[in-house]
Amino acid sequence: MKTFLKYTALLAGAVVFAYPFLWMIAGSLKPELEIESLNLFSGKFSLQSYAQVILKIPIARAFLNSMIVSAATTASVVLFGSMVGYALARLRFLGKKTLYTLILFTMTIPFQIVLIPQYILIVKLGWTDTYMALIAPTMMSAFAIILFRQFFMAIPQALIDAARVDGCSELMILFRIIWPLSRPVIITVALLTFMANWNEVLWPLMVVREQSLMTMPQLVTIFTTGGQAETQLGYLLAAATLLSLPVIIAYAFFQRYFIESMASSGIKG
Amino acid sequence: MTRLGDIVRGVRRSDRGAYWFILPYVIFFCAFVAYPLIFSLILVFNRWNIVTPMEWIGLKNFDRLIGDVLFYRSLLNTLTFLLIHIPLQVAVALALALLLNTGVRGRGLFRAIYFLPVVVSGVAVTILWQQIYSFDEGILNNILHAAGLPSVPWLVDPRVAMPSIAIMATWKNVGIYIVLFLVGLQNIPRELYEAASLDGARPFKQFLYVTLPMLNPTIVVIVVLSTIGGFSLFIEPYVLTGGGPMQSTLSGMLYIYNQAFSFGHMGYAATLGFVYALVILGVVVLQRRVIESEIPS
Repeated sequence: MKTFLKYTALLAGAVVFAYPFLWMIAGSLKPELEIESLNLFSGKFSLQSYAQVILKIPIARAFLNSMIVSAATTASVVLFGSMVGYALARLRFLGKKTLYTLILFTMTIPFQIVLIPQYILIVKLGWTDTYMALIAPTMMSAFAIILFRQFFMAIPQALIDAARVDGCSELMILFRIIWPLSRPVIITVALLTFMANWNEVLWPLMVVREQSLMTMPQLVTIFTTGGQAETQLGYLLAAATLLSLPVIIAYAFFQRYFIESMASSGIKG
Repeated sequence: MTRLGDIVRGVRRSDRGAYWFILPYVIFFCAFVAYPLIFSLILVFNRWNIVTPMEWIGLKNFDRLIGDVLFYRSLLNTLTFLLIHIPLQVAVALALALLLNTGVRGRGLFRAIYFLPVVVSGVAVTILWQQIYSFDEGILNNILHAAGLPSVPWLVDPRVAMPSIAIMATWKNVGIYIVLFLVGLQNIPRELYEAASLDGARPFKQFLYVTLPMLNPTIVVIVVLSTIGGFSLFIEPYVLTGGGPMQSTLSGMLYIYNQAFSFGHMGYAATLGFVYALVILGVVVLQRRVIESEIPS
């Protein structure tokens, strides 16, 4: 009896979290008139909503923009983050303590205070409506640096010394010795960064007005709030499905990495 | 000249190339952290719409903020959000984590499903909940009808709208906290439970005197993260309600955004951001103190 109740509760939970997504996908594939029903299945199958979304907004271009921006940001955060993390963990230099304190300090600043000044900086640099505006302010992350530093501190000094004796430069040590040993932390940082950037919408709304440069969540937001969807439920659900499907597919394959990354970092993406 | 000598010696003793490793970050820090911080301290004393020259107005932005009904409204809305969101989040996450931790089959699958809303874009989730909360034909009201209950004005009634958004945000984020609780639960040594049951403690007392105190650090993390999240609430009201009805879902971030981009009040928006940042820091410090002192770990 107890077991039965336990599984009922767990299953009820699963329905609560999964059903809305199933309803969204099912609804996007139904004719407009049948969407309201709670049923997932309908006799009639229709791609009309998708056709309309693709016709009305440059969603494929937005997908590409999101890909470019998220990939560039992620590559930069991993590359520069691991460089600074390595310097903090393994190199001697004057000002190391100061730098470390500064990075910790950066993590405590609520973003509300720098948001407007950052926007003004982008305007003054003439970067509004460019990829730079979307990439530059997130190119480095204090949080990633701290994660890298912690991981690198645990790598045996003997490995690094041996490489130095062999005449490796510090950069070569980082890429050839440290990186291959650091796959878990690289995956964690890369996944969290990519996800956070893919889903970011406030910043793009601020710095991009040109439709062809909008990221996917931004374009879908404008589509929803701007009246283009004409209160057609099917259009909205199709747009939302297109927006979430890439992430859901990636999640289906790398589910454990997503969850472990989040658990090991203790932050939200 | 000893100090200069120290510096020279320090630099000499440094590893070659170390400065190249940190140079990109130093540039980034100056441009996107230090400069905006300093600039925000200038902006709060100015009136500015970006286009015309800045105008120094002393403390007028703060004067205005003190008398700004909408500022207090947005603070109150955030408070409403947090008062519902945090307890709900902790309770649901803890309940599901405890269930998952009893050696059930399909634990990984359940965990993966509960976590799904976390990875999906907030915009998609918000569009979805717009349909769930829709008054006439929404999923929730349809279910209520089927059960013979009256409709709930989820997003239409000013008293209900913010709680509705808080429930939705809980649904979206609770997966993270289930995972954090699971990690916390696994870190509790078994011996503690054995000792407790030797002392005759029933499961409920074990939960009260072993599990909860041991989970205290996790609870602190959850409360702090949810609070910071609550103060950043933006896209949900932006898409769902536009801050209405009757400003009841106007969040702090949405108000800052409106001041900056609907009215072009950059100086005042920066002042709001500045004050909000102080409020957030204050609240988080207070929370840590209270929780850490009330449940000794």
